[in-house]
Amino acid sequence: MLKFLLEKEFKQIFRNPFIPKLILAMPIIIMMVLPWAANQEIKNLKISVIDSDHSALSKRLANKITASGYFRLTDFSASFHNAMQSVDAGKSDIIIEIPFDFENSLFKSEIVSVMISANAVNGLKGGLGSAYLSSIINDFADELSAERGNHYQSSIIRSQFRFNPHLNYKAFIIPALFVMLLTLFTGFLPAFNIVAEKESGTTEQMNVTPVNKGIFIISKLIPYWIIGFVILSICMGIAALVYGLKPAGSLAAIYIYAIIYILVVSGLGIVISNYSSTMQQAMFVMFFFMMTVILLSGLFTPISSMPQWAQTITTINPLKYLMEVMRAIYLKGSGMHELLPQLFALCGFALIFNGWAVLSYKKSK
Amino acid sequence: MKAIQVNNICLNYGKLAILKEISFEVERGEIFGLIGADGAGKTSLFRILTTLLLADSGSAMVEGFDVVCDYKQIRKHVGYMPERFSLYQDLTVEENLNFFASVFNTSVKENYYLIEDIYRQIEPFKNRRAGQLSGGMKQKLALSCALIHKPSVLFLDEPTTGVDPVSRKEFWGMLKKLKQQGIAILVSTPYMDEVSMCDRIAFIQRGKILTVNMPQKIIADFPHKIYSVESNNSYEILKQLRRNSAVRSVFSFGDTLHVIFNSKSEIQNEKNNIQFKEISPTVEDCFMILMEESN
Repeated sequence: MLKFLLEKEFKQIFRNPFIPKLILAMPIIIMMVLPWAANQEIKNLKISVIDSDHSALSKRLANKITASGYFRLTDFSASFHNAMQSVDAGKSDIIIEIPFDFENSLFKSEIVSVMISANAVNGLKGGLGSAYLSSIINDFADELSAERGNHYQSSIIRSQFRFNPHLNYKAFIIPALFVMLLTLFTGFLPAFNIVAEKESGTTEQMNVTPVNKGIFIISKLIPYWIIGFVILSICMGIAALVYGLKPAGSLAAIYIYAIIYILVVSGLGIVISNYSSTMQQAMFVMFFFMMTVILLSGLFTPISSMPQWAQTITTINPLKYLMEVMRAIYLKGSGMHELLPQLFALCGFALIFNGWAVLSYKKSK
Repeated sequence: MKAIQVNNICLNYGKLAILKEISFEVERGEIFGLIGADGAGKTSLFRILTTLLLADSGSAMVEGFDVVCDYKQIRKHVGYMPERFSLYQDLTVEENLNFFASVFNTSVKENYYLIEDIYRQIEPFKNRRAGQLSGGMKQKLALSCALIHKPSVLFLDEPTTGVDPVSRKEFWGMLKKLKQQGIAILVSTPYMDEVSMCDRIAFIQRGKILTVNMPQKIIADFPHKIYSVESNNSYEILKQLRRNSAVRSVFSFGDTLHVIFNSKSEIQNEKNNIQFKEISPTVEDCFMILMEESN
């Protein structure tokens, strides 16, 4: 029985003028475009320099800042007021004020303050910008004392980034994109397919046949499970070929977690399709879930920097667990024994959603 | 054992009663027509009998199986053709037929003799997708798919709505043949001219069955004399007659008016200024009167 149903599903999928193309195009476009565009490194910050000292040393500091690559000089402002005007006009993001007598005081080994003011309308930009700027200034101070034969350096902080040594944002976002695509294809598509059959009345026709409802739903899911694996494999291929990003951990572990995750999202999809009688309804509910689940998954912003209540909510977000798993396996090379909590969490979700799917189906009968 | 047995089925939607104590029986090899306006509750009744909907009270048996407890058995024995075309539009004619045969664990070959007459007409288009068929061909395909597992009871919900007159005629011809195979057919229609094709009919109005009988019997039992009035100004006359207390009922019928009087004597008085012609009642007259009286 299942064989005939699957045959029908595959025929319908491949006959659809749109879906097969989407299955190929979507992972390729997302994998080729998003890692380049969705980047949280802050570069090209526009800076206004207020140089009240006009000395050699102050010029040297200004040069060091612009040479760093993180800052682009907007202007040398005469006063703080002028500099604020360019911030207001959106021409600059950050202001550094070098005080009068900067050079002299430094030669006399006095303590000199340099003021940094950052536009924090975009909090991330302001925060990271001022942090970069202070580290450049610290560096400058070290340079100076070294030049004067003072080998005692006040502060030496050398950071070393483990698992992603160059803080390559792409390596961070690519495994997360896999998860997103997997969710879209194995959660959304089967749910929409089921609702579409409801809408066109074919479900009713099928219900009068001896076909078991469970088998009917499984026949809807299996094609998308297969599609999900194909997509995951395409994505991993692109990651390896284009970005040189290969999983540090085992490939088998990635697939095992993916299987469980697919059960979770397709269960969720069926629950939603059970409660929706039209495509529009299903779409809207799905989008709501997708938005919430993606933003609370740690895809873009780290969960640890969310407020406590939001962190609590993320514990019921299945996407979060697979995201953690993917990043851990891909970047850290973790094995399954280190990712047991995530395994249990995902299995739990799979049970809950699929159980709910079965129950809610009976109710709607 | 009857093919279909319905006992006091009631169905409510919120406070609205959709079906009120529906009872009737359908024999094997009988075409039973459910006649009623849109929203009379025909489709709800079909859905209950095809195990898609649960009634609030009452019971129903199809082929001796209870629609609630033995729904799985019923699904093996009935063919259902919903009002809306609900086959797979993106599969071809042949694929649809093969698919529905296989979900019933049978093959097209096995029961081909049953659908041969119908399917032959759409066979030239067997590689066309079902969504691209014309209305009449869609209905023929739907009937073929509903028959391919050799059901013993066939439920057809408004099978001829939106189908051209020639196809409608053909369709009823096919039903006549199926009936000879011993298949019980429950069919609903809003068309009065199709009533005479049924062996027995039930008038259904706002969820209530008004009468169940053979069409000829319903006409024969019609208790009133009916007169027709032809006039160029039928609307004025209609208003005039509606005001007249001697007139029991009057309704327009195409170009003519059909009038029924309360008693014979008064007819004479009325006859003075308007031309009345006694006619034999049609099924539609019976339906109109029954409807009016049930209100």
